[in-house]
Amino acid sequence: MPARFEPRSTEVSEPFWRATRERRLIMQWCRPCEHVVFYPREVCPRCLGSNLEWRDSPGTGTVYAFSVHYRTGSPELMDRTPYVVALVDLTEGARLMTNIVGCEPDDIGVGMGVQVTWELLADGRHLPLFEPSTGSHGDSSRR
Amino acid sequence: MGERTLRGATAVVGVADAASPTGELPNRGRALEAAMIAEALDDAGLTLRDVDGVCHVGPSTYVGSSLGLAEYLGIRPVFTEGTNVGGSSYEVHLEHAAAAIATGLCEVVVCTYAETPRGDRNRGIDSEMPLWIGYHPEAEWEAPFGLWQPMGPYALAASRHMAQYGTTPEQLAQIAVSTRQWAAMNPRARYQSPITVEDVIDSPVLLSPLHRLDCCLVTDGAGAFVLTSAERAADLAKPPAYVLGAASCHDHDMISQMPDITVTAGAVSGRRAFDMAGITTADVDVLMAYDSFTITALLHLEDLGFCAKGEGGSFVEDGKLGPGGSLPMNTNGGGLSYTHPGMYGMFLVVEAVRQLRGECDSRQVPGATVAVAHGAGGALSAMGTVVLGTREAL
Repeated sequence: MPARFEPRSTEVSEPFWRATRERRLIMQWCRPCEHVVFYPREVCPRCLGSNLEWRDSPGTGTVYAFSVHYRTGSPELMDRTPYVVALVDLTEGARLMTNIVGCEPDDIGVGMGVQVTWELLADGRHLPLFEPSTGSHGDSSRR
Repeated sequence: MGERTLRGATAVVGVADAASPTGELPNRGRALEAAMIAEALDDAGLTLRDVDGVCHVGPSTYVGSSLGLAEYLGIRPVFTEGTNVGGSSYEVHLEHAAAAIATGLCEVVVCTYAETPRGDRNRGIDSEMPLWIGYHPEAEWEAPFGLWQPMGPYALAASRHMAQYGTTPEQLAQIAVSTRQWAAMNPRARYQSPITVEDVIDSPVLLSPLHRLDCCLVTDGAGAFVLTSAERAADLAKPPAYVLGAASCHDHDMISQMPDITVTAGAVSGRRAFDMAGITTADVDVLMAYDSFTITALLHLEDLGFCAKGEGGSFVEDGKLGPGGSLPMNTNGGGLSYTHPGMYGMFLVVEAVRQLRGECDSRQVPGATVAVAHGAGGALSAMGTVVLGTREAL
């Protein structure tokens, strides 16, 4: 049983996954639009142009939404429940799905500051997960 | 180009649905679909020979499902519709069929759906559709993180709605409670015993913040409707349920790509359908709003304009959605308590039509002249809104 459902990359996303081997988070940008594009695409969804480039991401953001999974439909994650699935808004504007780790589920709140951390996959790539920002005090609005 | 409206041009003239308190049906597949079509045509006073258009999407079918259905029935339709946008497919089919009839492409369209997850499990039939075939972005950007489908996207939406607007678990629970009150008056509903807000809150949290009783059922179910021109409808067996407005909109596929997880594309489809119908929320006597989860229904109430964005929680907490309330919603008991085979939108249309005909016995909303069927498909992705009305509402 693999430790994770292994993300299947495509030609266009291959640079993203290659960077994760070095624990680097990179994001695709449209040069003319000066706009971050996620998930990676062959063309910019704003201008349909293909003048795209990869830039390093600071790897910081905030929790947009989250759900503590007490149950799972993923056999490989059965022994990890409860785990936290979240949508994180990166500082540069992209929103991605991830897991929040490195804290108790009860300590997570919408709006909480997070930073990227990495989980090694069997093939040497890493999965970008997020943990509370260093010095983060959580969010007083959490429930 | 003339006035671009479908208002009053077509009507639903026949309906049928099947569900059971056991959650199981004796038939499945094409046999069940054919039985629903026969029942709906009989309800309309039409026969298969009258049918020249077919709409179909269902489980375990990817391509050409309307072809297979028509072949099974031995008919040769000149209008075919197989759009699959998940649970709202049947509202979208109705919209497209109404446009086809209004423009003269065809005259009598049948739409059917059957899915039997419980019966199939008992029979050892693996009828579950994979979430994707071949490459899908979800397999790269969502599945590795263990988002549990189909509940996960709705749990995320509920968490955001609660944080952004102060919506409480108790307010969401009230939707399940009001819906169960309606189910108690539907002898075919899966669950008919009353529940309380405490019952919902005390049920296990599966995916925070949603409890087990915030979730729809998994049951066998099937249905069909027949749509025809207003002219033809006038001579048929039952009072027509005229299509006053119909519209659809989708704004993402994966939940992680939804622009604002608290605002659905129903804000667009609802406005367009209501505008076409020339109605406001105050005109709606019965609201059939897709309730895969309590949060789904709450988002519909806001996006259709029954209350302001963010105020859905306080809007529902007085029980106004239940019997005797000011906004009767999901009077068949909904996906939460009546039936939910997987793509529930069919049952919204069927119940809306029956309410307009006055066929709903103890759960009948007295004097209903306008009913709305609002379907949701995918991961809050695709919304289809249909406004139906009696002759008085024309």
